[in-house]
Amino acid sequence: MSNIVHLTTPLTDEMVSSLRIGDKVFLNGVVFTARDAAHKRLIDLLDAGKDLPFEIKGQIIYYVGPSPAKPGRVIGAAGPTTSYRMDPYAPRLIELGLKGMIGKGKRAPAVKEAMVKHKAVYLGATGGAGALIAQTIKAVEVIAYEELGAEAIRRMVVENFPAVVINDTAGGDLYEEGINKYRQS
Amino acid sequence: MIRELHVQKITEAVRQMCIEANQNLGEDVLNCFHQALQTEISPVGKEILEQLIENARIAREEQVPICQDTGLAVVFLEIGQDLHLTGGDLKEAVHQGVREGYGEGYLRKSCLDPLSRINTKDNTPAIIYIDIVPGDQAKVWVVPKGGGSENMSRIFMLPPSAGLAGIKDRIVETVKEAGPNPCPPTIIGVGIGGNFEQSALQAKMSLLRPLGTPNPDSELDHLEKEILGLVNKLGIGPQGLGGLTTSLAVHIRKLPCHIASLPVAVNVQCHASRHKERVL
Repeated sequence: MSNIVHLTTPLTDEMVSSLRIGDKVFLNGVVFTARDAAHKRLIDLLDAGKDLPFEIKGQIIYYVGPSPAKPGRVIGAAGPTTSYRMDPYAPRLIELGLKGMIGKGKRAPAVKEAMVKHKAVYLGATGGAGALIAQTIKAVEVIAYEELGAEAIRRMVVENFPAVVINDTAGGDLYEEGINKYRQS
Repeated sequence: MIRELHVQKITEAVRQMCIEANQNLGEDVLNCFHQALQTEISPVGKEILEQLIENARIAREEQVPICQDTGLAVVFLEIGQDLHLTGGDLKEAVHQGVREGYGEGYLRKSCLDPLSRINTKDNTPAIIYIDIVPGDQAKVWVVPKGGGSENMSRIFMLPPSAGLAGIKDRIVETVKEAGPNPCPPTIIGVGIGGNFEQSALQAKMSLLRPLGTPNPDSELDHLEKEILGLVNKLGIGPQGLGGLTTSLAVHIRKLPCHIASLPVAVNVQCHASRHKERVL
């Protein structure tokens, strides 16, 4: 049965290893945002032997490109983007100690293998629920690549950010399990 | 009699509809969510549908976008042949409406050069389709279309021998391969016939039809319901977490095609199906 788990970042190997697919997670603490363009830049930095703009060990990357904040708000709508576009980059970041990714949609086999090998999890947030999710984001600061606009890297402080474990460190995949359960053809 | 319309009116309508479409989810989509709540058997699926209803409420009340992907602005125009547009360039008037709407509405600017990947910073150019029709009015649709579902769309240039069975297979296959990626529950827009580009345009235009309204062609209406049944047997469910509600609707348009061809385009639309229309 799936559990309800409250997690506070940074995450340890023990914390992520205890999670199983279907677990409902409420995240607290810091998550870093990055999507297509930012991932390319992160990998370019690594290729050039340079440091990343934030310490990645134990952290979570949220695949999101938020809409602009209206006056008086910290963020606009901020739901997940489709994760497969980050698949070419993710294994390298997992190897460096990234413990979690938040997005929506299927991951490539290489990413799932990296999660098992280096102990990391993939969390799904509800795509298209950007207004709802934004309510759990309490502070936002652009920490790199401001010129990328929505694609800049942001440091977000979240309170009870809702997500579900899609891929765990045991190689489980909630999408496959869910479809198998309800498929009628 | 030739009626006159200043293009500023078009700019204003586009500006308003960009904001309204992105903040106020249509009643047609909300009704589908409520109906799906009655038929969905997956507990997680039900929970997702409830989240989507709550999300739409927050967006409407707090005037924030339903989804951060406020899309490329797709604008359809039907211009009456007895209407004289004054005051400037029609297309520029549309772009200006998009520029103002996406700026003032705090909507995300998602438009960039495909090669340099440098953002245009105001979500222009809009994608504009203009048709000339009888009459002296202008009808304008604004359809913000997100990237996640657009990426899961496909065109198939089938051989005529593939027939109806081949068409159904390709549509179901497209939805199956997309899985959780396009934010199910989706709406499946299908264009059958025409040629390569027309099939895609017909698929897109099918998404303008409000959910819950029948296809005016009874044969296509029957086909839509049959394919919806097939798609919803895939088990993908809301957000791909398993369930009976993979798609809310299948919409089909068809056009005559070449004797050698059977084009089929499938334009996948996420549950944030946003479209507003206005007659000027």
